[in-house]
Amino acid sequence: MTATSLFVIIGKIMGAIIIAFLGVVIGLFYKGIDRKLAARMQARVGPPIRQPFLDFFKLMIKENIVPQNAVPWIFNGAPILSLVTSITILFYLPVGNIPPLLSGYGDIILIIYLLTLPAVGMIIGGFVSGSPYASVGAQREMVMMMSYELPLVTTVIALGWKLSQVYPQSNVFSLATMNAHPIWESVGPFGFIGAILLFFALAIVTPGELSKIPFDAPEAETELAGGLLVEYSGRNLALFELTDAVKMIVMTSLTVILFFPYNIAHLFALNGVFAFIIDSLFFFVKLVLVMFFEVTFIRVAAARLKIDQVSYAYWVPISLIGLLGLTFIVLDTIIV
Amino acid sequence: MSKMTYSVPIGPVHPSLKEPMTFNFKIYGEHIEEVCLAPGDNHRGIEFMGMQRNPVQIIYLAERICGICSASHPFAFCKAVENAAGIEVPERGQYIRVIIAELERIHSHILWAGVAAHELGFDSVLYLSWKAREVVLDTLEILSGNRINYGIFMIGGVRRDISTEQVSAIRKTINYYREVYGKIEDIFLNDPTIALRTKKVGILTEEDALRLCAVGPTARASGIKKDVRQDQPYSAYADLKVKAITPDVFTGEVNGDVYDRIVVRLLELVQSLEIIEQCLDNLPSGEIVAEKKLVKLLNQLKRVKGRGVGRHEAPRGECIHSVKLEEAETPEVWKARAPTYNNLMTWVPMLLGQQIADIPIVIASIDPCIACMDRVTILNKDTGQKNVLTKKDLHELSVQKTRRITP
Repeated sequence: MTATSLFVIIGKIMGAIIIAFLGVVIGLFYKGIDRKLAARMQARVGPPIRQPFLDFFKLMIKENIVPQNAVPWIFNGAPILSLVTSITILFYLPVGNIPPLLSGYGDIILIIYLLTLPAVGMIIGGFVSGSPYASVGAQREMVMMMSYELPLVTTVIALGWKLSQVYPQSNVFSLATMNAHPIWESVGPFGFIGAILLFFALAIVTPGELSKIPFDAPEAETELAGGLLVEYSGRNLALFELTDAVKMIVMTSLTVILFFPYNIAHLFALNGVFAFIIDSLFFFVKLVLVMFFEVTFIRVAAARLKIDQVSYAYWVPISLIGLLGLTFIVLDTIIV
Repeated sequence: MSKMTYSVPIGPVHPSLKEPMTFNFKIYGEHIEEVCLAPGDNHRGIEFMGMQRNPVQIIYLAERICGICSASHPFAFCKAVENAAGIEVPERGQYIRVIIAELERIHSHILWAGVAAHELGFDSVLYLSWKAREVVLDTLEILSGNRINYGIFMIGGVRRDISTEQVSAIRKTINYYREVYGKIEDIFLNDPTIALRTKKVGILTEEDALRLCAVGPTARASGIKKDVRQDQPYSAYADLKVKAITPDVFTGEVNGDVYDRIVVRLLELVQSLEIIEQCLDNLPSGEIVAEKKLVKLLNQLKRVKGRGVGRHEAPRGECIHSVKLEEAETPEVWKARAPTYNNLMTWVPMLLGQQIADIPIVIASIDPCIACMDRVTILNKDTGQKNVLTKKDLHELSVQKTRRITP
């Protein structure tokens, strides 16, 4: 092993630590913004933006109770699995102009697989809790996973396929490529409609993936008292809170990268470090906007759906919208 | 193949319940196969406490049976004592009683609407409707000095008069609700997610409602035109011609589901506004209470021998109080029967066959008041364990008591 490759590996490890830290901090910060915005829309003052941090630190010093019926090592391992997998996705996400840390080692298909793992962690945790509420929550989470997967995959495949037609040489499923070539620039009028439909499908999948109202049946506070998380407390619950925060970043980033990968640095004729800073900041502004419309706005404007309604909504209307979008994209390529 | 069911307990403490009460469900998948109710977690022995006090003191105790029914219970209790003692309430007192009772109905129904929205996970509506509720609470504070326990009822009338400024404050409140009502109705009756969760959910057929003696909005939503204010008009209601509201007025059909119960309560809101307005327009002048001097009143009640029953249409349904006065300072018997007691068993046909997700909204849909309803708990003195008495046990006990008291 040469010195340079060692240097690269150390660099990657340092980068991973920095990204994990930043991802968690920014995720919690966005959660605070989300709560504040929701509160303002509900005619409340709402908690301070640093509230998720306070919650996290408080949970960390609280007692960590493992129920008698639970299997301790799985019960304690589930939150770690969830957090680690959701942070791993962060390493594959480009931010503005900055390429992803692990670019070249995986693509969006891997991300889709990784996205299921935090949910799997929660399901395992729910089932081993030994509480009927958690078991019902875990069953519902499984149904949810099976439901939203199809529209999510449809969206990604459609975009990747379109890019493969326009840029045959590049690695189309890599997020860096998707980030470099906005979908809107490579399609005609039909494809434009298709892309709008796909965006809509992804926008509805996002609150489902994040278990937010109206798709929060697995946690359903008033029905299942927290569902999957009902037996979790202290450190384990804090880890699940972090997972939720990181997942929020991941899902909103995915929307931004797939549909709005525009940068603004060249408008100000900036380059070098300044361009990186401006583009990264712009990226985070886009995240807030996407979060507002996909998560906050929807969750204050709807009632919680029942699990059969959720599943129907994803399998029939949203899947149809996704497939319709795919058809339009294909038509666009065939006709043009 | 036999179904593999599992049991899910809800309560005594659960986020969907506002008061302690236990439910045991047998669930198959997401569907409810069996419902078992186990009340008795909120018994405070209020009736026993009342029987150690004189009737005027009981009014304040009755007010505190439940926070939301703090006009209904004293109203029914005062009527029961007046019935036993033959006291006639002056007309102005009767009108003020009705105004307070209807303001309470507005506050109770808006509170319920907020709770129902919260059970559905629609917290925005909870905050918006509870914000609207503040106005009626402020009005009640202007009238009585208190937001919740009004302390305005007195045997033979009311304790406080309504002045001209207070009348204009009430009119302002009525106008405010006329303005916001359209918004509230739009949110509840036209929102697609609320419709998805409430239509064809928790159905109570007219037959079941009659069989289980449902009362109040629960019965009316199933199409039974049952309302004490209409059937046996009392106080100022006798002048007002109140009509029981059924959901077909609005939707054209009666389904008896949760949506219908929302419709009935929202329409009753408008009805209450009209009643208050009519009361203010026709507010007679004169005395507000039959006997101003409390000592004289108590002496008068001390000489009474007889039974009295008072009925009032509380926001949740018919509330009955019964007293037996035996020429003593304290009543021999005081019995309160809150509307939730009747509506309790309607949960069983409503919940059977529904999903777990429907439990909170169906439970909330009858607007349960466990504090009102929990009037008796049977404990084994030696072991401290709760006992359940069946119909047969109760019959045996009453036979024993009859033998004991008849010489």
